[in-house]
Amino acid sequence: MNLPANNRTQLYDTHTALKARILEFGGWDMPIQYSGILAETEAVRTRTGIFDVSHMGRVYISGLDATALVNALVSSPILNMDILQARYGLMCTGNAGIIDDLILYKISEDNYLLIPNAGNREFVLQWIHSTNEQLFSNSVTITDKTLETTMLAIQGPMSESLLQPLITLTSVDNLSDIRFFRASHGNIMGSTVFIGRTGYTGEDGFEIITDNANAKQTWDTLVNAGAEPCGLGARDVLRLEAALPLYGHELNINTSPIEAGLQRFVKKKTSFIGSQIIHQQLEHGTTKTLIGVTVAGKSAPRQGYPIMQRGTQIGEITSGSFSPSLGISIALGYVSTVQYKEGAELELDIRGRIIPASLASTPFYKRGN
Amino acid sequence: MNPTDRYYTKEHEWIKIEEPGIGTIGITDHAQCELGDVVYIELPEAGTGINSMEKMGEIESVKAVSDLFSPVTAEVIEQNEEVLTSPEKVNEDPFGSGWLIKVKLTNESELTELMDSDTYTNLTS
Repeated sequence: MNLPANNRTQLYDTHTALKARILEFGGWDMPIQYSGILAETEAVRTRTGIFDVSHMGRVYISGLDATALVNALVSSPILNMDILQARYGLMCTGNAGIIDDLILYKISEDNYLLIPNAGNREFVLQWIHSTNEQLFSNSVTITDKTLETTMLAIQGPMSESLLQPLITLTSVDNLSDIRFFRASHGNIMGSTVFIGRTGYTGEDGFEIITDNANAKQTWDTLVNAGAEPCGLGARDVLRLEAALPLYGHELNINTSPIEAGLQRFVKKKTSFIGSQIIHQQLEHGTTKTLIGVTVAGKSAPRQGYPIMQRGTQIGEITSGSFSPSLGISIALGYVSTVQYKEGAELELDIRGRIIPASLASTPFYKRGN
Repeated sequence: MNPTDRYYTKEHEWIKIEEPGIGTIGITDHAQCELGDVVYIELPEAGTGINSMEKMGEIESVKAVSDLFSPVTAEVIEQNEEVLTSPEKVNEDPFGSGWLIKVKLTNESELTELMDSDTYTNLTS
């Protein structure tokens, strides 16, 4: 049987030349690690890392009804967004199941950019198209530019100082003028870029979008300036340390934003697809809750391992890893809803061994620790 | 690049006979490369009996955990204390200072069932 080939980013050959280990993720052949997950995690926590995140979607939504469509599709407030502002939000089914979690940019009046997860892009596109048809008779223009553009994440405390001499900005004078979840148009060595101050690592940083023709030169410029190539392995550890959820682990179509602890991204708005059930859950509670767990030692809980309390299973791990930044093992998982307090004693079943663990407040890692 | 002075398993362990009846066991360079940064290793204690191609311990990297299999039936005579405290030794020098345990073989004829370095190299290339 011939399986369809995975997508490759414009920088695939650059990654293999750097001896990256390549694995499939979300339908894409992606670099998992270059020098090693520990070294790459440290680079992002202390210096600057660069990630090729071109596997994530770039979907433009434009037209007179674009604001109304986006407002129906995404859980966060849209009507009060400034131009060049970004928001994190959830796209849900009518039953409040999470279709995707995504970042949304308002590029200009009636023009938005949505960044869905790689593995969800096709379903998200279908969902946007069918909503556009049902609510707006297809009046909104939806353009998927994922395959023709490149997206790079520049993450770490030195990101701004590394990027500043390389970039000219059109919307503001300096990178320091771009606040968290704000964006600008700009130019790096002759290449037109769109740059937002966002990320998925718990550090300061930027995400840059440019045409594929500029991909290699932009990557090389940043790497030559000292940005250290980092793979999806380090990205997963960094996001877990920051307790940022990952679709397919903490989030899925059978989980609501309330269960996932994402109340603050849904409660400010009363009307969007899924809002009715979400607001019922906000009022009456849910039957499962996402918690953080810490374990002394380096043997990490992994997805699917049982979470227990006094010998009884109360839930299951969704993501776990040794945390290089903290020196302990950390995990996220769902438990049946009871009153759990920070520091509460739990047990984890790690391949048949019962290991003591504690309920921990999240994020596990905070910038500037 | 896989040393010719030892035997290999398809599970990517090696055993080197140091003196008659005594062997050192570790994992291959290919294995450490596939695992990535090793952060935790669990090994059988000295005095423990281990069986050919049965689980003898665990090795955990940032991304995944794998079982360690014993290449032979043997009694453990020493753990490498250094890799227990500094698991990164396994990444740095898997065929040398990153060895895992020393054992006393129960039945040396089991070695004939293992691979030589050429066969193992073919398996992993």
